[in-house]
Amino acid sequence: MWIYEKKLQYPAKVGRANVQMAKYLITQYGGPDGELAASMRYLTQRYHMPTPQAKGILTDIGTEELAHLEIIATLVYKLMDRASLEEIKAAGLGAYYADHDRALYFVNGEGVPWTAAYIQSKGDPVADLHEDMAAEEKARATYEWLIDLSDDPDLNDTLKFLREREIVHFQRFGEALQIVQEYLDTKKYF
Amino acid sequence: MDREQLCMLKELMALEFTVLEFHLYLDTHPTDQRALMEYNSFVQQLAVLKRQYQDRYGPLTWQEPSAYPWQWIDQPWPWEICYE
Ligand SMILES: [Fe+2]
Repeated sequence: MWIYEKKLQYPAKVGRANVQMAKYLITQYGGPDGELAASMRYLTQRYHMPTPQAKGILTDIGTEELAHLEIIATLVYKLMDRASLEEIKAAGLGAYYADHDRALYFVNGEGVPWTAAYIQSKGDPVADLHEDMAAEEKARATYEWLIDLSDDPDLNDTLKFLREREIVHFQRFGEALQIVQEYLDTKKYF
Repeated sequence: MDREQLCMLKELMALEFTVLEFHLYLDTHPTDQRALMEYNSFVQQLAVLKRQYQDRYGPLTWQEPSAYPWQWIDQPWPWEICYE
């Protein structure tokens, strides 16, 4: 089960409302390398992990990604909330507004809705952990491009925190992969 | 949210983040005794700070006692706080 804590993992800071940036950032909410995909991927893969370390790390990182999803939602909410209709139209979010007003929805930057096709659950722990490591690198790269796109130091502070988390997750998945590989090797010989 | 509460909240966020970092590390290094000792010490500090914060400002999670009226729904929610 899961329990909600009424706090963010890290302060989600926004210097000023910026609809254009909200449009870019929403891909980390519902895009292919975003936090929803990350969380769902790890939490669904954990059932077929052969070692306790891998079960633990997928559960805990999958849970942390939900905290990141909440940070992204908060950032998009703050970037969009006080925006005028003129700003929304100018940023190319008129079509988004027609479907959702300023509400949060799981789409990428081009408005494509989230799909489970973004993730895989192969039943092969080596294949799955490699996917997870790649996913972390893709998420890290996305945060770098978003930081490039943003000139808001408050927003960038939060995005840099999230980028650093992907680096740590990559590291932990790498360690889990090594443990799983060693475990599978010993099973082969005995 | 006043400055004092925000300050304490940020302190709590930082401490809980430290605990999480150790937690993830220990998942793949379960026999690192030094890390485990540090983890246990941070967990203790976190429990104290969380108790203080919740006694002052209300529940952060469920299964916490509440003053009257029901405090859980008190505003602001996390996304409504100005952290700058
Ligand atoms: Fe991650």
